[in-house]
Amino acid sequence: MDPGRATQAARLLPGAPHAAGVPGRGFPPSLPFAIRADARADRAHETGHAAAGYAAAGDGPTRETTHDLMTVMTHEPAPQAPVLPTAIGGSTAEAGDYLALLKPRVMFLVVFTALVGMVVVESAVHPIVAFASLLAIAVGAGASGALNMWWDADIDAVMTRTAQRPIPAGRVTGGEALAFGLTLSIGSVLTLGLVANWLAAGFLAFTIFFYAVVYSMWLKRATPQNIVIGGAAGAFPPMVADAAVTGSLGIETLVLFAIIFLWTPPHFWALALVKSGDYARAGVPMLPNVAGPDETRRQIWLYTLVFVPVTLLPIPLGFGGLVYTIVGGATAFAMLGLAWRVYRIREGEEAAKAAQRLFGFTILHLFILFAVLLAEHALGLYSAVPALVLPGLA
Amino acid sequence: MAKAGENGEATGREPTPAEREAEAFRKRRRGRSIALAVVLAALVALFYAVTIVKMGPGVLDRPM
Repeated sequence: MDPGRATQAARLLPGAPHAAGVPGRGFPPSLPFAIRADARADRAHETGHAAAGYAAAGDGPTRETTHDLMTVMTHEPAPQAPVLPTAIGGSTAEAGDYLALLKPRVMFLVVFTALVGMVVVESAVHPIVAFASLLAIAVGAGASGALNMWWDADIDAVMTRTAQRPIPAGRVTGGEALAFGLTLSIGSVLTLGLVANWLAAGFLAFTIFFYAVVYSMWLKRATPQNIVIGGAAGAFPPMVADAAVTGSLGIETLVLFAIIFLWTPPHFWALALVKSGDYARAGVPMLPNVAGPDETRRQIWLYTLVFVPVTLLPIPLGFGGLVYTIVGGATAFAMLGLAWRVYRIREGEEAAKAAQRLFGFTILHLFILFAVLLAEHALGLYSAVPALVLPGLA
Repeated sequence: MAKAGENGEATGREPTPAEREAEAFRKRRRGRSIALAVVLAALVALFYAVTIVKMGPGVLDRPM
């Protein structure tokens, strides 16, 4: 094994939570908060086992480091969750806590990308039907978020970024979040089916399943490719919206799917470079913790090289006009420049700053691209660049 | 908050932790109930509007 791997493995920080005092998943809602001590220990062993698998492949921590990690994960005291006032016997959450379960910022992104998906396909659907479809898609995305928070309450409790979420902070029980997520999932899918069509509803149901089960329950704790594959869930909304307003799937929304799908790895791996300690503490096998920061930088660069040309596909396909060509070209150069800096600068504070800048820019980049498409198609600003459009598509 | 005695005079007794907890619980429950009522009302309005749209432009034309 590369000697550098042992050093990188040694960076895996101790401090995983002890079983007691960590929010459980709460079947049923009336159970006390810290009851699922045995389930927490089981999950710690599962995650440690996943890390050991990578050690065996010569691609991650050493067996000794993994053993130490597992020992620490099952025996080190956890941060104590606040005790709920159970004497009353009912929910103590506020309305805002339930809203927080839906991950409003993610919902906004889903609504925004779905809206762009609706607009670029230029259908003749009634605005009220379009609005109701968009609402159902948003609620479905929120339901996925609630189910994810229910499943990940244990690791959310030990990550600084997520420790104040409603379940680890003690404001909502796991059972309440599960019931809330399931109710919204079923309601949003049924609503979309009745308002739009059952192709869109089925697609929304698949999206919820993919995020809650395939990503949250399986991939996230099992493989460093978790966000690569799981990122598809975040890329589906434009296609769901297309299915809702046209009853079919077109090339435009397939391209939007590809843009979001390929954007996801550089975005989340830039974050993981900065927050690798948090993820290590939680036992999540993010790429920097398993393969090391240098390999992560290389992967960010490679994915960016594929991502950038895909962002320019709307131009030859005839739905990205002159404004998109100019803005898309400029942001493409910026993205390449920032990703190259992350690849090149590997030590010290400059390296962390480069990763933070890239992370921040990826959010802006995606927003700008989709905002320009929305403006071109909704405000009538689209004007094709004939020299760049494929024949027959102008 | 002082609690009134039998003849209406203020007793000056501070609420117990259990009473404070119960009051906070009632306040949160009321907030949740109001939020749920608003959401349900909005959904009713939306479903009504969608139904009118789906029934088509002739929905208000009824033969006399």
